[in-house]
Amino acid sequence: MAQKETDRNVSAKKKVSRKNREFAVVAYSFLALFVGMMGYFIYFQTVLSEDFINNPYNKRQEIFQEKIVRGTIYAADREILAETVTDADGKETRRYPYDNLFAHVVGYANHGKTGLESFANFNLLRSNISAPEKIAGELSAVKNPGDNVVTTLSLKLQQTAFDAVGAFRGAVVVMEPKTGKILAMVSKPDYNPNTVSEDWALLTAEDNDKSQLLNRATQGLYPPGSTFKILTTLEYIREHPTDYESYQYDCTGDFASGNAKIHCYGGTRHGNVDLKSSFARSCNTSYASLGLTLDLDRFKSLCDELLFNSSLPIDLLYNKSSFVLSPNDADSAVMETSIGQGKTLVTPLHMALITCAIANDGTLMKPYVIDRIENANGSVVEQYKPAAFLQLMTQEEAGILQDFMHSVVTDGTGKKLKDQIYDAFGKTGSAEYSTGADSSHSWFVGYAKMEGKEDIAVSVIVERSGSGSEYAVPIAKEIFEVYFQN
Amino acid sequence: MANIIVEAVKYLIILCFAFYTYECFASLRGTVSTVKKNRIFIRQRIFLFLIHFGAFLALYVTTEEISILFFYLFQVVFFSMLLTCYQLFYENCSMLLVNNMCMLLAIGFIMLTRLSFQRAVKQYIIALVTAGLTLLIPLIVQKMTWLKKFGWVFALFGICALLVVTVFGSTTYGAKISISIAGFSVQPSEFVKILFVFFTACMLWQSTDFLRVAVTTAIAAAHVLILVASKDLGGALIFFITYLIMLYVATRKLFYLAAGLLSGCVAAIASYGLFSHIRVRVLAWSDPLSVIDNEGYQISQSLFAIGTGGWFGMGLNQGTPNRIPIVEQDFIFSAISEEMGGVFALCLIMVCVSCFLMFLNIAMQMRDQFYKLAALGLGILYGFQIFLTIGGAIKMIPSTGVTLPLVSYGGSSLLSTMIIFAVIQGFYMLKQKEGELNGAKGNGQERFSEKESFQEK
Repeated sequence: MAQKETDRNVSAKKKVSRKNREFAVVAYSFLALFVGMMGYFIYFQTVLSEDFINNPYNKRQEIFQEKIVRGTIYAADREILAETVTDADGKETRRYPYDNLFAHVVGYANHGKTGLESFANFNLLRSNISAPEKIAGELSAVKNPGDNVVTTLSLKLQQTAFDAVGAFRGAVVVMEPKTGKILAMVSKPDYNPNTVSEDWALLTAEDNDKSQLLNRATQGLYPPGSTFKILTTLEYIREHPTDYESYQYDCTGDFASGNAKIHCYGGTRHGNVDLKSSFARSCNTSYASLGLTLDLDRFKSLCDELLFNSSLPIDLLYNKSSFVLSPNDADSAVMETSIGQGKTLVTPLHMALITCAIANDGTLMKPYVIDRIENANGSVVEQYKPAAFLQLMTQEEAGILQDFMHSVVTDGTGKKLKDQIYDAFGKTGSAEYSTGADSSHSWFVGYAKMEGKEDIAVSVIVERSGSGSEYAVPIAKEIFEVYFQN
Repeated sequence: MANIIVEAVKYLIILCFAFYTYECFASLRGTVSTVKKNRIFIRQRIFLFLIHFGAFLALYVTTEEISILFFYLFQVVFFSMLLTCYQLFYENCSMLLVNNMCMLLAIGFIMLTRLSFQRAVKQYIIALVTAGLTLLIPLIVQKMTWLKKFGWVFALFGICALLVVTVFGSTTYGAKISISIAGFSVQPSEFVKILFVFFTACMLWQSTDFLRVAVTTAIAAAHVLILVASKDLGGALIFFITYLIMLYVATRKLFYLAAGLLSGCVAAIASYGLFSHIRVRVLAWSDPLSVIDNEGYQISQSLFAIGTGGWFGMGLNQGTPNRIPIVEQDFIFSAISEEMGGVFALCLIMVCVSCFLMFLNIAMQMRDQFYKLAALGLGILYGFQIFLTIGGAIKMIPSTGVTLPLVSYGGSSLLSTMIIFAVIQGFYMLKQKEGELNGAKGNGQERFSEKESFQEK
């Protein structure tokens, strides 16, 4: 009897479970939906939220200002770049001890926010001191100190680059290719962040053509000039992986196709050149003729891979570089584009990143300016670590370009860097910024290495000066010297 | 000093709510004995009152408005009465659902008091009246076994009400969803959705032959189309999904569900092309920061709030949730997350999920197909609405403008959700009775089998 009853119960249970199969399907599907939703919420809080928190439209950051004293920004060797000073009446002033020197990269916080002051705003207004200290602060009605930002910036290199550009307009970016650390970032002309509020009317006046507020290092769009031959060369190597070394061209000083004419800088005749010597001596006619043989669709996608027309992995305000070329374009456009003229525009930072990738065997490290966040007592809250961002080219390709860039220094336009205590690599450029102008923007991108020191890469542009070898290379040289001599 | 209290309360609340949430799921396990369950429910109430007290303490010390203290006391009385009434009159009810209902109402009161005291008081009065009215519903549901014969009446009432809104309704935020009755703004679709579930259960509980399915589907489609016509995107979606799932469970044919979802996708793509207000929603969802000045403003503000609040929140009265447009209704979740923290918000989702699971649990355990389907439908109504509103607030899906049941401000939403909870309580008690019959030996066993065979006829 008892046995029978159990059987009956079991079969009843089975019946119910069969009857409820659809219910279970529905319940589990919805459960999956909810779990997915919670997963997304966690993903948002841990990954996505940063973009939203730091968005300038997020007015919530101002709330923190009432409770927290804005933290300090330090250079790599702990020189104070920006600090908040509170006077006896409790009035706070943001001070920038180096005045104009770090104007663009550190930015300002007293008339809107730019630079580090803008994108590290959230960190500077958060206090990670211990709970007892916080409570003590609350009880004595004192504002708690915000976290401090320690940057990767080197005062020495920044000062060197700043002085070297002098009264010219232009920009310098100095980086470590193997880590992505930005060591210096200069943009000229500049302004004094201490008095930016008072000077605002002047800085933004309509007849002011200096654009001091613009960070030319990240936002200035320049024709790359001959530095672009790095990309043209890479494309040629990709199209001729086995026989690029047998390339030959006879330079007569100018080259014409249709009604377009290209001539070498200063009308120089380079004579018989191969690819490497075309690169080293920056032979325009050779590159213009070579450009006409390239597969333009592939060329365009190579430039896109090297971050033209796309976002750069950096939090500072920047402009996207642009490269436009299609098979329908006239020969003249193709020739100009191949030597870095035409419609191509690039930022000094972007050229620095390409140089870094070459120096680092093809891998671009994510550039960064903030080394770590510390609380007011100096304990590390967050440490940034070097991270690979993208493989821009293969190691072999990087190796060939390294060799070519070395030849620029040994036998080409960058001879001023020859026979130093360090080994230098690079490419010069002289970019014509308007037809008929008698001077050009001078460019140098390159890197240097020495036993026992980290490599460094530089990207230098000096506006309206002359040739790259004359104006930009000496600036790079000063930076290399200061860096390697100490 | 106030800041310390706010900070301390913040963590206390999160801790209490985490325990509360854990107990929700602990009580759902089948193996827990009744005695143990009762202890769980008592602990839950202690957490409920602790959270409620802490939150109002924080609200008081930051505003120093004496009216907040009085309001707090009124709420304590309200919750005590509600809990006691269920305990006294409905011994057999699901205490988990009662606790959760009170918990969600309490969170709503806390957040609304913080956002707009006036609206909080209004919400309180509506809750008080609603609680009184719905207290009778479980009793009525148990007696009204003839409900299942009135399918056509439900559909008629429902469609008429929706049509009236479409024609005469007032437009708010681009959608015609409310109508003014005696000075009150009422959203009939909130109530029609309950009628709709009952209608569908009435039609499908006995037979699911093709003709019946076709007719029912046509009438369901009419509901959905009317809602689409009045631009009530969220409402239309909820009706659509609820119907599809009820149809699938009633017919046990996966084909219907698949075909329904497929046609739903086609309709969604078509409406994306046809209606600009849908394109705006999708645009605001896909990249809110790029259109932050216009279409993306609301969702960006919501994400600023959630992100800046972080895991532990800014503390009550320490954030700026009022920057989010319509924060009291569609985006209350973001306000909660901003000030009470992401951990709290996650727990809130889980509490809602535990309600949903309870609904489905009841649906599974009922024997009568009509009640099974009705309970399932109400569960889906509730669960899917949770998904739409929270998913929209966190930008997982485009925002559809629906409320978070029991938490958001809004009389119609509150009333209809409390009706749903009360109806489910009625079902639960019916089930308990069935269970008692089932459990009795000998005589009871016979009756049970009689009932089974009756159902199979």
